[in-house]
Amino acid sequence: MKNKLNTLNLKQAREGLIKKEFSSVELTKACIDQIEKTDEKLNVFVTFTKKEALDNAKVADEMILSGNDLPLLGIPIAIKDNFSTKGIRTTASAKVLDDYIPPYDATVVKKLKEAGMVMLGKTNMDAWAHGSSTETSDYGASKNPWNTNHLPGGSSGGSAAAVAANQCIAAIGSETAGSIRQPASWCGVVGLKPTYGRVSRYGVIAMGSSLDSPGPITKTVEDSAYILNLLAGADEMDATTSPLTPSDFLEALINKKSDIVIGVSEDYFKGVDKEVSEKVKNAIRKLENLGLKVEEIKLFDPKYAIDVYTILQRSEVSSNLARFDGIRYGSTRQSFSEEAKRRIMFGTHALSSGYYDQYYNKASKVRAVIVDDFKKAFEKVDVILSPTSPTLALPVGATKDSAMFGEMADVLVEPSSIAGLTGINVPVGFSTLGLPIGMQIIGPQFCESRVLQLANYYEKNTADEDWREKTPDL
Amino acid sequence: MSKYTPVIGLEVHVELKTNSKMFCACSADYFGKEPNTHTCPVCLGLPGALPVPNKKAIEWCILIGLALNCEIPLFSKFDRKNYFYPDLAKGYQISQYDKPFAVNGHITLSNGKKIGITRVHMEEDTGKLTHATINGEKVSLIDFNRSGVPLVEIVTEPDFDNPENVKEYLQSLQQIVRYLDVSNADMDKGNMRLEPNISLRSNTTNKQDPVDKLPNYKVEVKNINSFNFVGRAIEFEIKRQAEILDEGKTPAQETRGFVESTSSTVSQRSKEDAQDYRYFPEPDIPPLRWSQNYIDSLKANMPELPTKKEERFAQEYSLSNYDVKNLTGSVAASDYFENAVREAKTLGLSPKQVANYIINKKPNIDELLPTQMVQDLVKSTQTLDVDKKKLEEIIEKILKENPKAVEDYKSGKENVIMFLVGAVMREFKERIDAEKVKASLLAKIK
Repeated sequence: MKNKLNTLNLKQAREGLIKKEFSSVELTKACIDQIEKTDEKLNVFVTFTKKEALDNAKVADEMILSGNDLPLLGIPIAIKDNFSTKGIRTTASAKVLDDYIPPYDATVVKKLKEAGMVMLGKTNMDAWAHGSSTETSDYGASKNPWNTNHLPGGSSGGSAAAVAANQCIAAIGSETAGSIRQPASWCGVVGLKPTYGRVSRYGVIAMGSSLDSPGPITKTVEDSAYILNLLAGADEMDATTSPLTPSDFLEALINKKSDIVIGVSEDYFKGVDKEVSEKVKNAIRKLENLGLKVEEIKLFDPKYAIDVYTILQRSEVSSNLARFDGIRYGSTRQSFSEEAKRRIMFGTHALSSGYYDQYYNKASKVRAVIVDDFKKAFEKVDVILSPTSPTLALPVGATKDSAMFGEMADVLVEPSSIAGLTGINVPVGFSTLGLPIGMQIIGPQFCESRVLQLANYYEKNTADEDWREKTPDL
Repeated sequence: MSKYTPVIGLEVHVELKTNSKMFCACSADYFGKEPNTHTCPVCLGLPGALPVPNKKAIEWCILIGLALNCEIPLFSKFDRKNYFYPDLAKGYQISQYDKPFAVNGHITLSNGKKIGITRVHMEEDTGKLTHATINGEKVSLIDFNRSGVPLVEIVTEPDFDNPENVKEYLQSLQQIVRYLDVSNADMDKGNMRLEPNISLRSNTTNKQDPVDKLPNYKVEVKNINSFNFVGRAIEFEIKRQAEILDEGKTPAQETRGFVESTSSTVSQRSKEDAQDYRYFPEPDIPPLRWSQNYIDSLKANMPELPTKKEERFAQEYSLSNYDVKNLTGSVAASDYFENAVREAKTLGLSPKQVANYIINKKPNIDELLPTQMVQDLVKSTQTLDVDKKKLEEIIEKILKENPKAVEDYKSGKENVIMFLVGAVMREFKERIDAEKVKASLLAKIK
């Protein structure tokens, strides 16, 4: 078992550490070996903190020996590079921040550290999280572990690839609209986008401030629930976190029998890749066969969400990136790459005097309509199921010449993001050419328990399907 | 009647004296501190840092609104004001655009004129630039200690037509925020910053226009750091703009800077360069909603304001307008007076006596306790009694010793009186007012 420790999921790794079947140093070394073996191909780590990881693993082992039982003690975890890490370079995959070393930890990082994690390093992403491919990264695209000629998706593509490639036990990503669910789908792993305000944004380099939601990317649903338990809750450093006390998300999984009513909207299958569509419908049928009620519902065509999302997010981006004015951080504004410049110009225009009402204001109003649309849908059904991405992982180079690539790739996740809902991607199989396919479960705000419960129910009831045995050939 | 009527409005920034800054836990006490020692990721605008609003500062902003007779909307929010300046860490200032904390208030001047308050809103201060030469190289240094210190902006209607009223308004506003104990409002420390906007309305032309029509231009003046300078800036502008209008031209809409050394203003920025701030709702701070109960309780617990106190002092203590103004300049001074009055009452002394003593003797209220002051007051009145008795005895004695002089005076030689005054004063030994001696002598002789 020891030579494959990096393939363990979080629950298994934790049990092994507690039972002292292996040490954190051994577990960490297994991950480091895998990173060293595969990262030349995958380009996942922008900053690889090997030495710190081993040092922390040693400390963790001593703590374990002295009976310490912190929830993530000794567990190697990869963090998306837009989370501020004290003393460790944080670039958001943007050259503007090439040598920026934050003097503080993001709240998420602080909580993970307090839980005893061993951080392996910072994972690649679309620069400033502007994209759905990692191709806009100023440090080069990451590759999909299932087929390195394909992209891992994004913006949390590095974190999703790291989990899929068993470079880590679990990873942290962040989603503005799709940036957790979509790469999780393309990489065949579990990715949970919590409700906006459920997990603190403090220290996460802002993209769309009214949308950004940090969350876990893991090998199992249970691992996501476990990590969410550690991250969720009000943060006095983030005024937009909800004061609601989160329930125990692991407890929600115990309920074996599910009486959740599933909603399905035809609009969310329009224009979707045939293989993706079939696999997701098949997954829904399995749930139906298990006795769950499935209802056809009507939702706004997700295409409207693209306009709303694009205007609101670009507007916020133009303001959020203003601080990189060339005076501090050591790089001039020339270091901004194409996509960031395009977004800054778009957002600046949308907020300009005379255009505000046409764009930002109108988008805000439509956003309220979309929120309301979901609210009505959730009066009839408990969750909404759909493909996470309309396509399979696209080949490297797919984003060139497509300024709106991200928005098109994220068309199925943008409506729920705009509405601040929670959603999770669960793998449902592979395409004939071996690329992963994912299904998303969308739930109302602050109903992570519900989506986790159904995701877990699906995972457990399909645990013995053959495709689950597949591992990336690296 | 002059040809033009000045139309003047004011924007005043008041820095609150909260312990911590507007959106972080850093100390807001930046004045004279080592540069960049009162900073954190939030007020440095580091990537990922988020603002969390200071409850106390918001409460104080609302209090200022209430004190200025404003309505307090139950819904409010923060907005981002986007502009570039090296002292602005985030590239935007968190301010309030269309939903300020307080609207539609007024201050009443001593002549009864009401100055409308358009709005009172909350924002954050910027850092401070210093231009220096270090090792022969010209550099600009940024100190972020002031970045994020809470500022309240108070905007008036264009209701002033002369600099004297502007000055009175400013003094009144300064007194109110000091009464509320929410700002030191020291001009020389930059706690209070003034920006008048000035234009002239013609009294002779355009008779068809309604009287309240505003001129079609406006000149804003910045860099003013005293109440006197605001008067001078306005006077200069009135003269400058009148000359332009006299030539049949319209003054340019622009921002001008006040130059202390010449008491004049110079052009800084024209209308064409006016910035588009691209305001939009601050996504990092949820909108704020108040209950009427909360606003009512703030109002109920508001300290007594200058106007109320002045009215009460005049009535309760039967004081003149002059006395009242002298005693209510600050809360500390008026409290001192009232404590002294309470003490004096037990000793049978009137508020008027206390008022006179404080106004004439100007005791140091930081050092001399009111009870002690009243003791001094008692002593001074008793001393006067002793003096009177002694004086009368001496006058008796001197008159007896100098019957000739008394006769001479009575027969019309009025100059003799000064001889008697001198005699009394010599005998009295202690210092005594000659006029008082003279009056007492005359009373006796007649």
